[in-house]
Amino acid sequence: MKSTLSKRKGREGLLIHIFFVIFTLSFVVPFLFVISISFSNEELMNSYGYKLIPMQVDFTAYKYVFNNMQQIIDSYKVTAFTSILGTFAGLLIMSMVAYPIAMNSFRYKKPITFFIFFTMIFGGGLIPSYILITQYLGLKDSVWVYIFPSLANAWNIMVLKTFFKGIPISCIESSRIDGASEFRIFLQIILPLSKPALASIGLLTLLSRWNDWYTCLIYIESKNLFSLQFLLQKILMDAEFVNNMSRNLPGGMIDLQNLVKIPTESMRFAMCIIAAGPMLVIFPFFQKYFTRGLTIGSVKG
Amino acid sequence: MQHIDMNSQKKIKHNRKKGPNKCDIEMLILALPALLFFVIFHYIPMMGVVIAFKDYSYNLGLFGSKWVGLRNFEFFFTSQDAWMLTRNTVGYAVLFLVVGTFASVFVALLLNEIKSKAAIKIYQTSMILPYFLSWVIVGYITYVLFNPKLGVLNHMLAALGMREIDWYSETKYWPFILTIVNTWKAVGMNSIFYYSSLLSVDPALYEAAEIDGATRFQRMLSISLPSLTPTITVLTILAVGNIFRGDFGLFFQIPRNVGVLYPVTDIIDTYVYRGLRFGDVGITAAVGLFQSVVGMVTVIATNMIVNKINPENAMF
Repeated sequence: MKSTLSKRKGREGLLIHIFFVIFTLSFVVPFLFVISISFSNEELMNSYGYKLIPMQVDFTAYKYVFNNMQQIIDSYKVTAFTSILGTFAGLLIMSMVAYPIAMNSFRYKKPITFFIFFTMIFGGGLIPSYILITQYLGLKDSVWVYIFPSLANAWNIMVLKTFFKGIPISCIESSRIDGASEFRIFLQIILPLSKPALASIGLLTLLSRWNDWYTCLIYIESKNLFSLQFLLQKILMDAEFVNNMSRNLPGGMIDLQNLVKIPTESMRFAMCIIAAGPMLVIFPFFQKYFTRGLTIGSVKG
Repeated sequence: MQHIDMNSQKKIKHNRKKGPNKCDIEMLILALPALLFFVIFHYIPMMGVVIAFKDYSYNLGLFGSKWVGLRNFEFFFTSQDAWMLTRNTVGYAVLFLVVGTFASVFVALLLNEIKSKAAIKIYQTSMILPYFLSWVIVGYITYVLFNPKLGVLNHMLAALGMREIDWYSETKYWPFILTIVNTWKAVGMNSIFYYSSLLSVDPALYEAAEIDGATRFQRMLSISLPSLTPTITVLTILAVGNIFRGDFGLFFQIPRNVGVLYPVTDIIDTYVYRGLRFGDVGITAAVGLFQSVVGMVTVIATNMIVNKINPENAMF
């Protein structure tokens, strides 16, 4: 009796594992395809389609990309600069407002909380923001448009507020009695005690900034200000753009009569790997911060 | 006794009247940058919704443009787009919510049955990968699958001797494609939420059930699933509140902005974007205002209902 039961359990367990192996493959295989295509011979691919294993390994696409790196470097710079600066500046002003509204003693706690909360449930929409930013603030086609309009958001402030509330009030009151100003309390007590929450919110912000293409789609026109993800989108949708990006032929190739055919298809994927690869390798290592950041968020504040 | 009480109350009142103290002012200064941010980038655009009632022209600006009353709304609501956009936006939101929740709960329940820590780690890490991807990169992946000439799916169909499909020009497949892609991207992270609430279930419950002879399936159904109900409720409420807001990235990048597909892939957000680029600003602002107002009403209504049923889960 007992042995049949455990046999049955074992069989069920195996079925669950088989399900997960297949399921997991559906997440991993697409990446393998992208990698494989970037290393594929363009002509063979054009006649036989995308293959999981390249029919003939070919580095031409990468040679092209490395000879025409300027655009990618520009986009890397823009994305890195705006993501890092935006994340730090955002964390600072968000925690600066989250601290007062987490304190019951603050006289204006209620109105300010509501003032921030209200932006979560109502907004003017794209058109009024667009007109404000382009016609009145003059941020169109400026690198600052990546930073300012998305500096703070209500949701993250509420998460930080919930976290600050958990800091023992006795710490804060004793320093107040010692005559410390609120600025000092904020800098020397609140911030150091909130490192885990700041790390989680910071990483979430960094990820969404790194992955941002929408801002660029709406507000940016100059190529040298393209964000990385927008560049990738442009590369995928616009063959003309890829061809223009690859004017420099790889070393050793001479094209006297425009006979060399640019390997557009494999180049797209090579650029995708160079542009997106590094962060995709780094982010999963911080997985626990992301899950934690999102779980603190689901606690009612 | 009473006398003293009265006195101290008076004192407090007096203090309140005196206005903010030093702490309040310092805290106000801390709050200032964020408040300024919200005024500029959120409250001023809220005032900007008056554009919806104007015949906006870039040359005349916000104040110079002519008032037209409700004409922009009339134009939109008498067009065929209004019904189609609302149906698509809300329909997909509901579809994603139902399918997504089922998938994530299912995956979490199965994960909970796995003993090996290493296996759980491997499965979770792979499932969570799409969470780190932008829609642009997901667009690359779907393009690998659906490219009519080189795509993996068409080559598989051909290998099976079936007719190849021109995915980007046939509307009937897109509700499925969008649902699958959306679920694929979100299922990893969401199942981790559910899985982590399963970890807090008392193991004694499972042991007791096992002694009573409950099968694995029965345990999943009557112990694990009920313990997920609060999490499911909270996430569902959040989603229902956002039912009028679509994910622009999904609907813009995955169908590659192909016009033929608009009847099944166009939502309010993509329509507003195109309106900004190629359409009439006033009408587009009216559509945006319609979305914001209905969205706000949905959030408040959902929250009121939840407050009635189970105040624990309400947002405010």
